[in-house]
Amino acid sequence: MAVKLLLENAHVEGIRYYEAYRRTGGYRSVEKALKMTPEAIVEEVKKSGLRGRGGAGFPAGMKWSFIAKPEGVPRHLVCNADESEPGTFKDRYLMEFLPHLLIEGLIVSSFALGSNATYIYIRGEYAWIPDILEHAIDEAKANGWLGKNILGTGFDCEIYVQRGAGAYICGEETALIESLEGKRGNPRIKPPFPAVKGVWDRPTVVNNVETLAAVVPIINMGGDEYAKIGVGRSTGTKLISACGNINKPGVYEIDMTISVEEFIYSDEYCGGIPNGKKLKACIPGGSSVPILPANLLLKTAKGETRYMNYESLSDGGFATGSMMGSGGFIVLDEDQCVVRNTLTLARFYRHESCGQCSPCREGTGWMEKILKNIEYGKGKMSDIDLLWDIQRKIEGNTICPLGDAAAWPVAAAIRHFRDEFEWHVLNPEESQRRNYGLAHYADAREIVAA
Amino acid sequence: MSVQFNEKQLTEFNRLVARYPEGKQKSALLPVLHLAQESFGGWLSAESMDYVAELLRIEPIEVYEVATFYSMYNLQPVGKYLFEVCQTGPCMLRGSDDIIAYIGEKLNIKPGQTTEDGMFTLKTVECLGACGYAPMMQLGKHYREHLTKEKVDAIIEECRNNAAVNN
Amino acid sequence: MTIYIDNKPYEAKAGKNLLEACLAAGINLPYFCWHPSLGSVGACRQCAVKVFKDEKDTQGRLVMSCMEGVRDGVRIGVEEATAKAFREQVIEWMMTNHPHDCPVCDEGGSCHLQDMTVMTGHDYRRYHYKKRTYKNQYLGPLINHEMNRCIQCYRCVRYYHDYAGGDDLNVFAAHNHVYFGRDKDGVLQSPFSGNLAEVCPTGVFTDKTLKEHYTRKWDLTMAPSVCTHCSVGCNITAGERYGKLRCVVNRYNEEVNGYFLCDRGRFGYEFVNSENRVTQPLIRGRMSEAVSEEELMHELSVLLSQQKLVGIGSARASLESNFALRQLVGAGNFYAGISETEAYLTRLIVQVMQEGTLHSASLKDIEQADAVIVLGEDVWNTAPMMALAVRQAAMKTAANNAAAQLSLPAWHDAAIKELVQTDKGFLANITVAGSPIDNIAQVTVHAVPDDIARLGFAVAHELSNTLPALANADEKLLQTARQIAAALQQSKHPVIVSGLSCVNSAVIRAAFDIAAALNNTHWKASVAYVLPECNSMGLALMQAPSAERIFDSSNANDMTALILENDLYRYLPQATADAFFSRCSNVIALDSIHNNTTEKAQVLIPAATFAEADGSMVNYEGRTQHYYKVFIPKEGHIKESFHWLNSMRIAKNNRSNGHGLSLDELLHEAEIEMPVFEGVHDAMLSPHYSIHGEHIPREPHRYSGRTAMYANLNVSEQKPLQEEGESAFGFTMEGFKGQPPADAAPFFWSPGWNSGQSVTKYQQEPGGAFKGHIPAVQLFHDKVDKAPVFFKDIPEAFVARKQKWLVLPQYHVLASGELSSYTKALASLLPEACVVLSETDAALLGVRDGDKIRVHPGTTALPVKVHLSLANGVVLISAGLPGTEVYNWGDWVKIEKE
Repeated sequence: MAVKLLLENAHVEGIRYYEAYRRTGGYRSVEKALKMTPEAIVEEVKKSGLRGRGGAGFPAGMKWSFIAKPEGVPRHLVCNADESEPGTFKDRYLMEFLPHLLIEGLIVSSFALGSNATYIYIRGEYAWIPDILEHAIDEAKANGWLGKNILGTGFDCEIYVQRGAGAYICGEETALIESLEGKRGNPRIKPPFPAVKGVWDRPTVVNNVETLAAVVPIINMGGDEYAKIGVGRSTGTKLISACGNINKPGVYEIDMTISVEEFIYSDEYCGGIPNGKKLKACIPGGSSVPILPANLLLKTAKGETRYMNYESLSDGGFATGSMMGSGGFIVLDEDQCVVRNTLTLARFYRHESCGQCSPCREGTGWMEKILKNIEYGKGKMSDIDLLWDIQRKIEGNTICPLGDAAAWPVAAAIRHFRDEFEWHVLNPEESQRRNYGLAHYADAREIVAA
Repeated sequence: MSVQFNEKQLTEFNRLVARYPEGKQKSALLPVLHLAQESFGGWLSAESMDYVAELLRIEPIEVYEVATFYSMYNLQPVGKYLFEVCQTGPCMLRGSDDIIAYIGEKLNIKPGQTTEDGMFTLKTVECLGACGYAPMMQLGKHYREHLTKEKVDAIIEECRNNAAVNN
Repeated sequence: MTIYIDNKPYEAKAGKNLLEACLAAGINLPYFCWHPSLGSVGACRQCAVKVFKDEKDTQGRLVMSCMEGVRDGVRIGVEEATAKAFREQVIEWMMTNHPHDCPVCDEGGSCHLQDMTVMTGHDYRRYHYKKRTYKNQYLGPLINHEMNRCIQCYRCVRYYHDYAGGDDLNVFAAHNHVYFGRDKDGVLQSPFSGNLAEVCPTGVFTDKTLKEHYTRKWDLTMAPSVCTHCSVGCNITAGERYGKLRCVVNRYNEEVNGYFLCDRGRFGYEFVNSENRVTQPLIRGRMSEAVSEEELMHELSVLLSQQKLVGIGSARASLESNFALRQLVGAGNFYAGISETEAYLTRLIVQVMQEGTLHSASLKDIEQADAVIVLGEDVWNTAPMMALAVRQAAMKTAANNAAAQLSLPAWHDAAIKELVQTDKGFLANITVAGSPIDNIAQVTVHAVPDDIARLGFAVAHELSNTLPALANADEKLLQTARQIAAALQQSKHPVIVSGLSCVNSAVIRAAFDIAAALNNTHWKASVAYVLPECNSMGLALMQAPSAERIFDSSNANDMTALILENDLYRYLPQATADAFFSRCSNVIALDSIHNNTTEKAQVLIPAATFAEADGSMVNYEGRTQHYYKVFIPKEGHIKESFHWLNSMRIAKNNRSNGHGLSLDELLHEAEIEMPVFEGVHDAMLSPHYSIHGEHIPREPHRYSGRTAMYANLNVSEQKPLQEEGESAFGFTMEGFKGQPPADAAPFFWSPGWNSGQSVTKYQQEPGGAFKGHIPAVQLFHDKVDKAPVFFKDIPEAFVARKQKWLVLPQYHVLASGELSSYTKALASLLPEACVVLSETDAALLGVRDGDKIRVHPGTTALPVKVHLSLANGVVLISAGLPGTEVYNWGDWVKIEKE
């Protein structure tokens, strides 16, 4: 039985509300943490090996230790709930069904960082969730977990929910800060880093929802215990939001020791591919990470089993591997067209580019147009090389990581499915009507739905 | 529709502004624009934006630059019911293209258009974070997920009924 | 420190970024979003280079050179293959949507984007899709908008909004559809909007007045010149073709205007092309009034032999012309064509500045100040570029503080802007009726002149208690004084700005006392006194009495008056001017434009404008600057005033050596006659100047001569008129082909750099001083050891009088000079003249906004405008607008409801 730290009580009746949450052991970590020093909490988080769950995987404890503490200047914790990476909907699940878990994590983290006013920046489209969160905040406040002088420790904390308004870029922490200040979501150039000058010029830590929720079990069980779960530097548990052509789309908590194959085919998780179709490809960590054909997804290039963790998913680098990313797991069955899928992603990134720096602003639009032509049978062979050339020059050369996020899916699609692109060019009439099919990408063992 | 928050809306406005440090009231711009959009007919006219600027004591142009940046603010009037259907990868894999085509056919409009009776607007949007429940659309505050043609029919019916009741 | 660019060592300055270092080293590295005055934001990604760890590192790392500071020993690759390929790719990205409309684009031929495209070698199109299109906006009569050409470098908003403080231009929308413009069609509100045409690296924002008579840069005849529209003396390059002045662009001057101009200066040139020009000598009363030069000289020789000859000098004529007039009529008969009040106040300023205890502040000094006090001057309207400099002082002080906190380099605009947020450096703006810089000031005071002076003296007292305290001062005033004094004491480079707006000598004295009191604690405080006209200072230094003093003489009758480039009706109340003319039996006027004074002249002589003339002017700070003729007018009768005056001098004295005095001879003569002008000839390039024996051509070497503008008349290009005598500059494209020194460059151009950004090639470093020796002729000299003599004469507090009002001029930013309003575009932007009253006074008189009132003495009825923070007992009346009257500024008037 897999370890569950976050979703353990997800199915308890009424867990969305305080009473049931508290009854199942909620807010214990606050009681414990407020007796510790902030430094000791940061130390526990460091020991836990918790890595940022938003996509970049940066060690959370380390990020916390960077926060500047100038005399007399307030500090802020900002919870990044601007979950917008296609394929990712795990934070929504947490906030919608376990709001108190997030609030609990926020209180502990705010105490550790010295934030008396903590903000949850939630994507604007999740329009009904602020009500849920604010209700939970009110309940927590009514029960003394928030507000003035919490548990008599002298620590004051308020949590506010701010809605975004539809901009993927605001998931990038400096763009999020701009947006929180009521401005256009243009990423800032670092340095200065938010830990020194963030929102309103004050030291700021921006963490993902899941990261902050994970602080709760870390405090409850201790950092060392938490680090024992999982494997290598992939400690603890990870929420995976699975979607695409699978029998059981949804949010799963895994302990990062299970294999990709098990995750896709076991009934505990995705439950296999519907209608007996074969697995063609998968984007394992949110739309920006490289797509992998089935053969490279289930086994690494060296022929070893691939596991659902940071290290194993990136085994082989971008040549034959991918990334854990945000945990948005998108499965494509044999009927799916990689060109079309890549086109929708290119369109997404063009739409979400903030328009600040040239490679991303102009490059994403151009890539979308080329992909559209190829998909609709108007492409040329040279277009494939042109696409490759454009994405290569975008990667690594933009102000914020959105450029990379836009370049990688295109690069990986061409890298692994070049013949599918070529087939589109060579069969303009058929490219719309018929799928290129499985070709040689499927797993050699011909795995089919159970 | 006159552009002026009523008492309840003003209370909400004050609640929103109070969350930010002294002098940083501009931070409330995004939520206040949402409030204005909800309060003034589902879209932001220049008049509404000027009103927001006045309330937040900032220049109107600061409001425009922000309002035009974010995709959720409608700068043109929209129908009474706005269907925002996701078309990004994960939804596409589950057949969102068919759903969009079906809605368009049924309401006789293209994405970006509003029905002649001003009842429905169809808009394609990029990923809304409901990939596991695809295909989906946003209707008002809430998501409608696992869409099928039958479900679309039912939603349209439901909207028409609601409109009839409210009239 | 040493840096290695493509393995060659170069010296570089610390605190600069790699892009600046490369450009300073003369290396061609393309860029867009970076600008020497705006700093770096790293948005365009055009200036990418490779940075290598050490000699062995062959991989390197691609970085944006504008975002990376210079480090000793850093190795960068500009010519490195991946860096080059990336830069070419960036241009290709921009070109995906940039239209191929260069042949019909006003920017073509002086376009930074064109230059950079060629520089990167991008020459093949791989983008086969529709280009994005936008709707353009109407931005008013000055600036044209063509959004399709935009490459989204963000320079326009960064300049217009961040640098110049304009709040009606911004960026809208997102992704590959960002839009730069106003929220809706309408006139750009900033009086610095013209700089958009130069800041924009391509043809999105272009000069709409140029469009009226468009000519490519390569087809312009150009010369270095100086703006004549206020006392700042911004440097300009003016361009002509076929006898029409086509445009004025910024001419970089590190000390004065840097990279920018105000709209009055940039667009106010059209008077040169005006139909109202005086083009022929006229003798009134003749059957045919237009006469030949011989007839004219004959008539003049008769008139000049009259006994009572007086000369009226001009604050907008060159030093040379004023001096030539003085020599003609004799020093004792030479008067300044300004009111006695103005003469008194300018003399006071000259006296203060000549003392040398205070440093005379250049615009650069003001920009770098860490505290600025504007005492009584309406600097926004009287010297717009100085207001822009004051803004920079406030912004840069805050930026420097923020940068110091995190030891960020000064060029890092992106980061600094975030840190600064809304902080500003110290600025106290103390004026009669406020101004747009109020909103960046920590202290704003609206008060009447005497009370402004009192506040100034109170500040001086706070700074030095040896100075007298105010008697009967109210606590609020003292509090403000303490606040200002405290800020000044903390500053290292304070500047006090004052001038003539208040028409009040106590204000000028108080400004001196503040600055002089600061001298005790600081090395030297700087002052800047704004004067009314481009050569007010030059005229003041000649120490001539005002025209009103002519009446002092008991036999001021039957005079023969020679009036130089001056409409007396703009300087004296109508009654005074009428009285003057009634006492003249003969009036000889030299001017370029018909006006009320030329109407009174029996003899009217066509004078050259700045564009057709050589001459020197002294700006407010005592800096002498020389301008050169751009072209010789086709109407052969138009000549520089000094030229005519020399001829008269020869005729009068019966000197018949056949030659007039040349310009440099005239300046030498002036230096001998008036030692105060010692050294002024250094400001001018010698007429004998040449490089390898060749002239410097005023026309670019690509001057085409092939356009078909007059092909219906003649297929050959017209031969430009040539100058008699020697000149450093030639009127054709013949002559020296290399890059002349900056002070001898008629225009800035360098191979591969056709746009104005080529100025970098003339500078020691981007945004720095020019290469080579550029003489700065400063007529006021700091005297280090001299102790100041304080004025200490504090006026009584202002008391409003019954039924009488103190009358003060209200200038307008686009039209406080006489000539700028002849530009149709500017004229269309001018407001209606009005009388500004306080709310209480308006109520007292029973008038509301728009009601007409009459001011006595005066002739026209004007509409009322009620001002909420104006003090009672004062009226402000529009001054300088076409058709407005002159009052006895600073005097008391009566008002009655119409």
